[in-house]
Amino acid sequence: MFRFRDRETAGRIVEGLRRMSLNLFLMHVCGTHQDTLVRHGLDRLLEPCGIKIRQGPGCPVCVTTEREIEEALLLARRGKTVATFGDMVGVPTESGSLAGLRGEGADVRVVYGIRDAVALAERTGKEVVFLAIGFETTAPSTAVTLLRKPPPNFSVLCCHRYIPPAIRALLELGETRIQGLIEPGHVSTVIGTRAYEEIAREYRIPQVVAGFEPLDLLMGVYLLARMISRGEVGVVNEYTRSVRPEGNVKALRVMEEVFEPVDVPWRGFPVIPRSGMALRREFEEYDARKRYEDELRELEGKEFRPHPSCRCDRVLRGLLDPPECPLFGKVCTPRSPVGPCMVSSEGSCAIEYKYGRRA
Amino acid sequence: MCLAVPGRVVEKKGELGKVDFGDGTLREVDLSLVEVEVGQYVIVHAGFAIQVLDEEEARESLRLWREILSQG
Repeated sequence: MFRFRDRETAGRIVEGLRRMSLNLFLMHVCGTHQDTLVRHGLDRLLEPCGIKIRQGPGCPVCVTTEREIEEALLLARRGKTVATFGDMVGVPTESGSLAGLRGEGADVRVVYGIRDAVALAERTGKEVVFLAIGFETTAPSTAVTLLRKPPPNFSVLCCHRYIPPAIRALLELGETRIQGLIEPGHVSTVIGTRAYEEIAREYRIPQVVAGFEPLDLLMGVYLLARMISRGEVGVVNEYTRSVRPEGNVKALRVMEEVFEPVDVPWRGFPVIPRSGMALRREFEEYDARKRYEDELRELEGKEFRPHPSCRCDRVLRGLLDPPECPLFGKVCTPRSPVGPCMVSSEGSCAIEYKYGRRA
Repeated sequence: MCLAVPGRVVEKKGELGKVDFGDGTLREVDLSLVEVEVGQYVIVHAGFAIQVLDEEEARESLRLWREILSQG
């Protein structure tokens, strides 16, 4: 059904791009796009066509702040079971990592999704806190689960975030001249293409929603390059087999029911207005920040800073390629990561390192 | 983490189903966010199907690309 890898079509796309004689800087916000770009060497195919692409803040683990991780660490130290996605446990902070705490005897569990965390709460009867990270792709699973009334010993440390406000923030910052955006296929599967149309109008920026097979991404770049060279502004959908204009209405409805937008900082960014998902009052009983308010008060007023030499902030704003960081591949490796971009399989640094491009 | 993979629904029981990811892996998946029939392909993320893949659209986009590329 899905023949999105054939070489001949890829060759024709690249040839078409070469003929356009371009000089473009594009950005995407998705770890899976970055993986496709680097794994299949598409970035190196596109460079001679005059196309440079960087990953912005599109890695949920990477944009989670030091403070949010410290909250999870504190709860784990206080005897709660903390369950979360695998990449999250390795992110180091000043006071350690969840993986480190596990080594010291804390109960930290890696789960595939929130359903496993609820099952754990049911099975063990212990206080289980699910560190919920992720964009609109993941947030509906948290929403559905809370609507089903999980057991009272289960709670959520909610760190979900919305992608469109981050895109706005990037464009507002204006640190780089982004000529086109490649929007994430699976976030867009949930939120639809309409979400980007307002951004296109407001910032006069061409955008393409693209899937994750090599041909999806190449064709997405082709459609975007064609728009840019014709001076067009708008949103084109390459990933039509999964992304509809209205998105997944059911998923959007449950998210709306459970979350409300709040202003939150992202790693590498200042506070981004209405970019965080907080649990609505009706779900307070499952809100770890409410349930453990007294314990978490210990973190109040404290400042948490990332490692002073870590350049994840600049990588996440699309200002730097990983090998340009002085720590990359030397001090900072997946075995001893300094920043989250080297931990997460969706981080630019980890992806660059994984495919053998070690500075 | 945002990694989502396509698979075919081979069994459905209420809101849960079994999805075949093609490499012999069968996984239990929550289907409550989609309207899907056995035999259709879904995109699965963190144990939840987030969309039903449209096979017709898949074929159509491949056809459309060839057309766009042949125009140069």
